[in-house]
Amino acid sequence: MRHLLSTKDLSRDEAIAILDLAEDMAQAQTREVKKLPALRGKTIVNLFFEDSTRTKTSFEAAAKRLSADVINFSAKGSSVSKGESLKDTAQTLAAIGADGVVIRHHSSGAPRVLATSGWIDAGVVNAGDGTHEHPTQGLLDAFTMRKRLHGEASRGKALDGVTVTIVGDILHSRVARSNVWLLSTLGAEVSLVAPGTLLPVGVETWPVTVGYDLDAAIAAKPQVLMMLRIQSERMNAAFFPNAREYSRQWGFDDERLARLPEDSLVMHPGPMNRGLEISSGAADSARSTIIEQVANGVSIRMAVLYLLLTGGAA
Amino acid sequence: MTARTVLQQADITRALTRISHEILESAKGSTDLVLLGIPTRGVILAERIAAILNEIEPGCARAGALDVTMYRDDLSRNPTRTPSPTQIPDGGIDGTTVVLVDDVLYSGRTIRSALDAINDIGRPRVVRLAALVDRGHRELPIRADFVGKNLPSSTEERINVRLAEIDGLDEVTIE
Repeated sequence: MRHLLSTKDLSRDEAIAILDLAEDMAQAQTREVKKLPALRGKTIVNLFFEDSTRTKTSFEAAAKRLSADVINFSAKGSSVSKGESLKDTAQTLAAIGADGVVIRHHSSGAPRVLATSGWIDAGVVNAGDGTHEHPTQGLLDAFTMRKRLHGEASRGKALDGVTVTIVGDILHSRVARSNVWLLSTLGAEVSLVAPGTLLPVGVETWPVTVGYDLDAAIAAKPQVLMMLRIQSERMNAAFFPNAREYSRQWGFDDERLARLPEDSLVMHPGPMNRGLEISSGAADSARSTIIEQVANGVSIRMAVLYLLLTGGAA
Repeated sequence: MTARTVLQQADITRALTRISHEILESAKGSTDLVLLGIPTRGVILAERIAAILNEIEPGCARAGALDVTMYRDDLSRNPTRTPSPTQIPDGGIDGTTVVLVDDVLYSGRTIRSALDAINDIGRPRVVRLAALVDRGHRELPIRADFVGKNLPSSTEERINVRLAEIDGLDEVTIE
């Protein structure tokens, strides 16, 4: 694997191989010495043009656990705020000697430009680009589902027949896109629930079923319910009348939690707006995997960085 | 090139039995033996040796698997390797006698990686090395304590170890 830009590029076997590798990485994290020497001497640059705490920290932890050197670069306080172009930034990083670049950018497609432009000869990981994709989030969500559903015996398995309902702002969500492509590659049955204004044009061509009613979706007893964040920074039009109305119609509250089957999983990519799309009762319940998702994120990112940065001229 | 069989099933069984007795002898009555096989075929050999040891002195040996992929020195030279699971037996390896088990001992680089991997898992009292076949051509100052068969070979030749659990039959061939 040279770059990880989209979960669309992953075949079923490749996706399962990444999840299996993440199992090995997770296992190493239970040891007294958590560090593995696999990427000793490699330099990874975290290039974040958008704010992020968990993704950036997670990538940093993953790179450090593999003994790579990490350089953090955020747009705030850098030359980017002085108007430097992506090309110049990339060439600067190439001159520093980066072996891998983890990029988050507000423009969809920026990671692909970086990977294909020839400005820099490094492995590129998309850590979220605009409203396009966030592949490692999709992978860690699939990993979390597989671990909860299959337990110890999850190695080598896919998610065939697992019913997943994704609820909320599908329009702006790169997490939803990465999940839809990956989960359907792995054989899961994905359905989306959202207000009509928060569904993208062309959603009918996606490998999903679309609904508008959260209560009907819960009555269908999905095995996984994934709530998405209402991204107030992207709410630049009147997508719904007000937060209270959204919460009443599409928020996952305690009363809806009680109607969800006992063994269903409640997922959220974070950061949460408690009380808006998810209630505290639901977020902190035993069915919630939100903390596990963060822990699994480190293992998935270790697996991805390992695959990207090892294996030279064969 | 045609393959020539150097060890047949009975030879392999005899070699493992002898190695087991040698392990017990050198352990001087220690009952805390941990056999760590290096994937893929070393794991099976470790399990077989542990079974023989436990027949001779019940409860003296535990078997596990030690993956060394992350510790290799050729990660950026060769195509990406997929690691196998590491399985450390319950109770850990601190203070025990660890016997590393591999099918073929060649350059010694795998064993170097294994020693590093052990370092991250615990501190055994002593680490020994058992190999079914020692084919020479060491690139590092590493030597096996227990060897099934010394097989002088040319670097051009390939040595294949097949074990019933994976390949359906037990044999060692050279081609």
